[in-house]
Amino acid sequence: MTVRDVIKDVEALTLTLTADFDAPVDRVWQVLADARQLERWWGPPEWPATFPRHDMVAGGQSRYVMTGPEGERMHGWWRVTAVEPPHRLAFEDGFADDNGEPVDDMPVIQCEITVRAGADGRTVLTSTSTFSSLEAFEELQAMGMEEGSRTAMSQIDAVLADGA
Amino acid sequence: MEHRSDADVDAIFHALADATRRDIIARVVEREHNVSALAQEYAMSFAAVQKHVAVLQRASLVSKERRGREQIVRAELATVRRARDLLDEWESLWRHRVAQIDDVLSTSPPSTPSHHTPSHHTPPKGPS
Repeated sequence: MTVRDVIKDVEALTLTLTADFDAPVDRVWQVLADARQLERWWGPPEWPATFPRHDMVAGGQSRYVMTGPEGERMHGWWRVTAVEPPHRLAFEDGFADDNGEPVDDMPVIQCEITVRAGADGRTVLTSTSTFSSLEAFEELQAMGMEEGSRTAMSQIDAVLADGA
Repeated sequence: MEHRSDADVDAIFHALADATRRDIIARVVEREHNVSALAQEYAMSFAAVQKHVAVLQRASLVSKERRGREQIVRAELATVRRARDLLDEWESLWRHRVAQIDDVLSTSPPSTPSHHTPSHHTPPKGPS
């Protein structure tokens, strides 16, 4: 796997990351479509996710739970806005209450993932995340919801940087 | 758009290397200006002032926002830094995610695609 490109648009609050994988398109699509595979990569470091609900149709919803190192649980949800297997998935990613149900006034991230054939049988995956508002996400961070994951992320980043 | 690189730093130095552009920054740091009002402050064409603003914009030192018929120029130093922090954090998360995806791809055999009910506590999926 190689991260090909990272683009940050600070005005639109959009992050676009492109990576390619040594696997065919259909195989890469499965890591999105199959909840059991999805939960092996969605959570941040030390916050593994489970997806008790995952419905990959337009209007379909997913629910996920991430469990932290101290057993803390954070709930999230997806709402699929468009899906074109095996090439494109667009969804909203939001925060949920302790019962796993979406919280309306919490910020939402617009996500789009595209999967297409690249050179030499490799597959190019592009993930685009757009934040609704800087203030809203800063409030969230201030509330300490990212506690712990920040350090872990920078550690992972260092490891990844070494391997690059 | 920006790639985090030396090019950013170059853009900032280039933007600040010009007296007019430094003056524009000084004015918009104080308060936001619309481009027409800003242009009147200088003995040069509207287009020339717009070009200066565009250079500052590319260096992420100001932002330009259309409000009705007006184009408002604002200093965005703090906001840009905060936005960058947020996007940096998300970059780390996605770098982690694609590394994990790579693990999934390399460790598990291709799973049976459709009509496969994954595991006990999962409701049936839609057509795949």
